[in-house]
Amino acid sequence: MTAYRLPAGGLIDRSHTLAFSFDGKSLSGHAGDTLASALLANDRLLVGRSFKYHRPRGIVTAGPSEPNALVTVGSGVRRDPNTKATVAELYDGLVATSQNRWPSLAFDIGAVNGLMARFLSAGFYYKTFMWPAAFWEKVYEPLIRRAAGLGRTDLSPDPDSYEKSWAHCDLLVVGSGPAGLAAALVAARSGLRVILAEQDFALGGTLLSETTRLDGEAPYIFARRVLDELQNSPNVTLLPRTTVFGWYDDNVFGALERVQKHGAAVDAVKPVERLWRIVAKHAILASGAEERPLVFGGNDRPGVMTASAAATYANRFGVAAGKAVAIFTNGASGYRTARDLAAQGIGIAALIDSRPDAAEAAPAGVRLIRGGSIIDTRGGAGLRGIVADRGGFEDLIACDAVAMSGGWSPVIHLACQRGGRPVWSDALQAFLAPDVGAGLVPAGAAAGQYRLSACFEDGARKAADIVEALGRQAAGFQAPVVGEEPDPSFTALWHVPGAKSKAFVDFQNDVHLGDLGLAVREGFGHVEHAKRYTTGGMATDQGKLGNINAIGILAAMRGVSPAEVGTTTFRPFYTPVSFGALAGTSVGGHAMPVRRSPLHGWAARNGATFIEAGLWYRSSWFAKGEEKTWRESVDREVRSVRENAGLCDVSTLGKIEVFGPDAAEFLNRLYCNPLLKLPVGKARYGLMLREDGMVFDDGTVSRLGEAHFLITTTTAMAGGVLSHMEFAAQVLWPQLRVRFLSVSDQWAQMSIAGPKARVILQSIVEDDISHAAFPFLAAREVRLKGNLKGRLFRISFSGELAYELAVPAGYGEAVADALMRAGLPHGMCAYGVEALNVLRIEKGHVTHAELDGRVTPDDAGLGHMMGTGKADFIGKRLSNRFGLTAADRAQLVGLKALEADQEMRAGAHLLKDGAKPSTINDQGWVSSACFSPTLRMPIALAFLKSGRERYGEKIVVWDRLRGVETMAEVCHPVFVDPDNSKLTA
Amino acid sequence: MASLISCPHCGTRPKEEFAIRGDATPLRPSSMASDEAWHDYVHLRTNPRGRVREHWQHVAGCRRWLVVERDNLSHAVFSVTDAATEVDR
Repeated sequence: MTAYRLPAGGLIDRSHTLAFSFDGKSLSGHAGDTLASALLANDRLLVGRSFKYHRPRGIVTAGPSEPNALVTVGSGVRRDPNTKATVAELYDGLVATSQNRWPSLAFDIGAVNGLMARFLSAGFYYKTFMWPAAFWEKVYEPLIRRAAGLGRTDLSPDPDSYEKSWAHCDLLVVGSGPAGLAAALVAARSGLRVILAEQDFALGGTLLSETTRLDGEAPYIFARRVLDELQNSPNVTLLPRTTVFGWYDDNVFGALERVQKHGAAVDAVKPVERLWRIVAKHAILASGAEERPLVFGGNDRPGVMTASAAATYANRFGVAAGKAVAIFTNGASGYRTARDLAAQGIGIAALIDSRPDAAEAAPAGVRLIRGGSIIDTRGGAGLRGIVADRGGFEDLIACDAVAMSGGWSPVIHLACQRGGRPVWSDALQAFLAPDVGAGLVPAGAAAGQYRLSACFEDGARKAADIVEALGRQAAGFQAPVVGEEPDPSFTALWHVPGAKSKAFVDFQNDVHLGDLGLAVREGFGHVEHAKRYTTGGMATDQGKLGNINAIGILAAMRGVSPAEVGTTTFRPFYTPVSFGALAGTSVGGHAMPVRRSPLHGWAARNGATFIEAGLWYRSSWFAKGEEKTWRESVDREVRSVRENAGLCDVSTLGKIEVFGPDAAEFLNRLYCNPLLKLPVGKARYGLMLREDGMVFDDGTVSRLGEAHFLITTTTAMAGGVLSHMEFAAQVLWPQLRVRFLSVSDQWAQMSIAGPKARVILQSIVEDDISHAAFPFLAAREVRLKGNLKGRLFRISFSGELAYELAVPAGYGEAVADALMRAGLPHGMCAYGVEALNVLRIEKGHVTHAELDGRVTPDDAGLGHMMGTGKADFIGKRLSNRFGLTAADRAQLVGLKALEADQEMRAGAHLLKDGAKPSTINDQGWVSSACFSPTLRMPIALAFLKSGRERYGEKIVVWDRLRGVETMAEVCHPVFVDPDNSKLTA
Repeated sequence: MASLISCPHCGTRPKEEFAIRGDATPLRPSSMASDEAWHDYVHLRTNPRGRVREHWQHVAGCRRWLVVERDNLSHAVFSVTDAATEVDR
């Protein structure tokens, strides 16, 4: 037995026993334990294997910077890999498993890497896996990734839910130790809105493990009293289990609250984690300080931990790290740990102080070695002794744990996340937070104030400054009387000379002293280079523990101050954040909401197959009877429309209603074609350009009143056109009296097309819609039977006699059903967007397949629409520029395949017959293609250089992607009814 | 990038509610202006470092176009005004 539970003491509930398991073995702990303290209490010293050499590793810290004790918590789909045992709250039924070992933690095959250590030095990957280059992706990388390991995640969907919340406050206090509590209390009493966030499950910070008496009592009693007052203040929010992980612009902080990570049962109503975005007028960083490990030979053997961790396990958790603890220190902290352990009755093998002439006294009966050091450790997976160097003499000292103290580093990560670089302090031998303004102020140990009395004073004073900056009167705070405190000073000791075995700098990444030396020798001595070369400071702990020693060592090797070496860049997140929390509720259907047309139910009833178009689900085709392929359905639908009639859902088109005395003038400037003289009751096809002269979008413009228009946009550009119009109305021409709004979702719109469209439609419309009463391009409100008002537009995309009927969205399905019943005797069918596409290609109508942002109106054969007489419109001026009027621009043409069984696909290029495929020989491209059931052959729309002069030419449709070459004849792009006799029938 | 934008109509809102168009300094020339003036307006942007004036639209709020004056280095936002009131007429 080495580590054990002390018979009394600690802030654990000994009456409440919790059962848990580690690697399948049943163990028990108490409420208030972390997984780490419970493992120690069960004498489980070996908890993991290191990353590279698979060396046996034990618990080093008692907090979030833990590099070694990474375990997988949970099982099955609720499995969290790389969980730090030192912060994982113990709960009944917790299942933990070790990582990075095979077949077992005690016997790990991967440990042979340790025998090959001399070949696995820094830069090993870069030097070894260079050649052949082709091997990297296929052989080396997968091999390295499998070997590198650490925890494995479960790949099935996460069964739990997560959420995101915003919070606003006057003061955010990060950390609930002495400085944080004092700050929160002053702010709370002064009436500020305060949020106090603490990463631990228990509030109080170091006061929970501190033994220096406050007002003559244990510090946790003082903490409890302050917390009671804060808890009862309505202006204070306490957030335990909440890690503030990032500091962003405008003093917004990111924080992760572990809502339900401390129980085996998950309440499905609540999220397991909550991602907070906290908007704080001010913040105080009371994140404390981190104790540094010492870099000595064999310092990674299980049983070696920081002195403060050993004290925390003893004081807060009632656990002894060993029966005979050797303490190795370079300052006063080691003496304090010695006193704490001795007070708990834990044996101390020796207290070794690297300083030859320190003033502190060791507790009575403890062997003190001044000016000494540890140069090696003995034992296997557990510690049996140390080799101490005492002025050149080597002493073998038996012990089963080492508590090391290498001095302190303020935890300043948050303050350095927005570009500020840490500032080296020679006096404190540590990096301090830079001055980052009044928004975020470090206090207490995070500001280098290590004494308890200084922490209380600093936290209270900085909070009072903030209270006053916010124009309020700061309330008083009576700091407790602090008992005797040691001088917190230390003498930096970046590494211990004379190491007899590997001295690790970064435990998680197996970076040892020799690796850093190699990096410097090979020219990678810059701190950022050394990080990449040695991997020091990478992975889940991001060098929280080891970086400072690495910097000190690099400085010593280069003969400069650590100030000159500097630090690597601090970035969010302070500790890892789960993807689940970052995704929040944006998963599944919430990540990509479904937009359904008001006619969705009608389409579904008629057997539609739906296709995703952006967020929309559009009816693609309507399979009937024996039809097995989409082509069979589409061909039938097209023939039905050309011969009888069809009904198509066009509700997804953007619809924008435009009002105002200047509405006509506004639209006239927005579209390239003239609109001022559009009569009331008429619709017109319209083209919007960009300022550079290219087509932006197309649609129809209907004038419903003198000062009332309705325009349509394409489905895809509905949002973009609205925003474009808003820019024009608000920024370009704010003096125009015009107002508009999107009504896309308010109307169900259906196209009724085909020679029998009128007779079918008339049966449900009260008003006269004969050709005389409702001619081509008529657009006005009509009364339907049953007195429903709709809007009818005689416009055609298919080239047939056609109408678009819009009714209030809620009536859509009923009207569509009524039309289907009325159309049944006339052979009307439902048709989808696939048939719509074939019909418009046959008619030579363009869509965004043609209007791809490189096409001018003239390119698309619509040059005649340009209102050249207009004073101004968007795109007018640059339409005349050189290049847009060149004779050899690609122009819209039709293509007919010479043989009916040949295929043409959009994206194919056009080549002169016999020409070699090359960029220079490229003649154009196919924009849309289909099989035309009307012409009974494959047809296409294409852009061809000087195309309108080349009708009749035979050309090669070259589709390298699919390996198809087709001969086609160039023709006019309107394949069906070129003289528009059907439209005006 | 700023985390919060103070919309003159809606108050302080997260930046995710806004869409950025770009430089707000070029003014649309008259239709009679020179080729150079139009080329400049449509195609040329200076991409300065430091203080910039940009058009932002509060798409998930009032849908007004705003002029946001900010420092693209320090991310400080100096002013947010309605673009319509900015137009010099």
